Amino acid sequence: MAETFTFGGTLTPITCHAWNKERNQIAISPNNNEIHIYKRNNNEWKIVDILNQHDLRVMGIDWAENTNRIVSCAADRNAYVWKQGEDGKWKPTLVLLRINRAATCVKWSPAENKFAVGSGARLISVCYFESENDWWVSKHIKKPIRSTITTLDWHPNNILLAAGSTDYKVRIFSAYIKDIEEQPSPTPWGNRMPLGNLMAEFKNSSTYGGGWINDVRFSSDGNKICWVSHDSCINVADAASSNTIIRCKTEFLPFLACEWISLTSIIVAGHSCVPLVYTLQGEKLVLSNKLDKSQKKESGGISAMRIFQSLDRNLRTENSDTLVDSIHQNAITCIRLYAGDKLNSSRVSTSGIDGQLVIWDIDSNINSLMQALKM
Amino acid sequence: MAKNTSSSAFRKIDVDQYNEDNFKEDEADSVANTCDENLITNLLTEGKCIEALVSVLQNAPLRCKQQHVKDHALNVTLKVLLSVKASQMDQAVEILEQNDLLDVLMKYIYRGFEMPSEGSSGHLLQWHEKVFAKGGLGCICRVLADTNRA
Repeated sequence: MAETFTFGGTLTPITCHAWNKERNQIAISPNNNEIHIYKRNNNEWKIVDILNQHDLRVMGIDWAENTNRIVSCAADRNAYVWKQGEDGKWKPTLVLLRINRAATCVKWSPAENKFAVGSGARLISVCYFESENDWWVSKHIKKPIRSTITTLDWHPNNILLAAGSTDYKVRIFSAYIKDIEEQPSPTPWGNRMPLGNLMAEFKNSSTYGGGWINDVRFSSDGNKICWVSHDSCINVADAASSNTIIRCKTEFLPFLACEWISLTSIIVAGHSCVPLVYTLQGEKLVLSNKLDKSQKKESGGISAMRIFQSLDRNLRTENSDTLVDSIHQNAITCIRLYAGDKLNSSRVSTSGIDGQLVIWDIDSNINSLMQALKM
Repeated sequence: MAKNTSSSAFRKIDVDQYNEDNFKEDEADSVANTCDENLITNLLTEGKCIEALVSVLQNAPLRCKQQHVKDHALNVTLKVLLSVKASQMDQAVEILEQNDLLDVLMKYIYRGFEMPSEGSSGHLLQWHEKVFAKGGLGCICRVLADTNRA
């Protein structure tokens, strides 16, 4: 059964969310310049801190689980690393990104010793802590990016970085910082890895223009990447089989987020408001599961409260429509693993423009699907 | 102090042109596909509408930059589309799906709406209904998102 939550009594869109290691605290941005930290107490969410150092809308939040640090980036071209003080309050450190356009996405590396920020300045800032100067510094990956970076993901080896952009391409770069890291060992993506080296480049489509890239993810072994694009397609590329692309043209509205939940299955969600699971079967991606089982509109009378809630959720001003037939009432913009990892995840959380956070069970769903198949 | 004016002309200056790493579209095909009009007409007169449709969509000059080539292809495609009877549409859509041509067909349907002729829009709406039933919203999204237009 899916759990749904809203925060602070409002239904403002949630730009993005991130969990701490114990999954009892969450950082969300309510579509403005603030980051709110909520702590869970049974089914109650209590606000514990508001991080309001950014001047403009927060675009990305990532919570380093093991070192318990939060990194955030925003349209004000800044990124901050937040550390918790002894009083439990979060203190920011400014990171010099050296960009002249909005930052759009941010991701900690798996070892949590560096992070990458994508931006509208057509470059990726790879940031690491320089202990000599007691300061976060950044190095740029510029070529051959010609457009806004919309999404980033790290390879499990802490070196390679996948980036999706609005020029319809997914690229894999080396983000090796020789000042702080050992020489990396070879991967199927390539052997030489100086900083900024382009390891692979995938066009969203070879036969036609295609859409811009909305989200990209490395698989748990790092040999595959999946991405979703604005042309309603899901793509998987495999380094182990000479970068062949498996492409699935779906019949749904475009997806905004994707994540691996096993070596062969991907969860995707977006404008169609319903998270879907696609599974690799041979050379094909097949829809294997719909997490949202709601089918019928809730009956039992329409209360005034429900009408206004529905208006608020869908950001409408006219009462011409009522509920959407799914749990999420508007586009889903963010997926996070809630239990397990990319190799085997049993629960995921999604948030979106309707201001809801939903925690989904994957296992029980797959089990019920298997049962249905047996019958 | 800077003077506060209501002029917003500066917003229209393309500052990106001074950047050397500007976004450039990938090179278009130097040799544009051209559909053989005689072949299509022959197929149509023989009543092989579906073969004609597959052939014309397979050779659609989507990546071509010359508008007159595209317009010519549009006219030929529309001629084929309008000569397929409503009863044959289901079979045609089935075959096009196997050939991965539904998205291309959808592009021409929307382009066809732009230049209506006598009775064409009603016929195209029937096409649209059948293609939508197979391809769903994703098919329409691919038409909207694509930079290579029909």
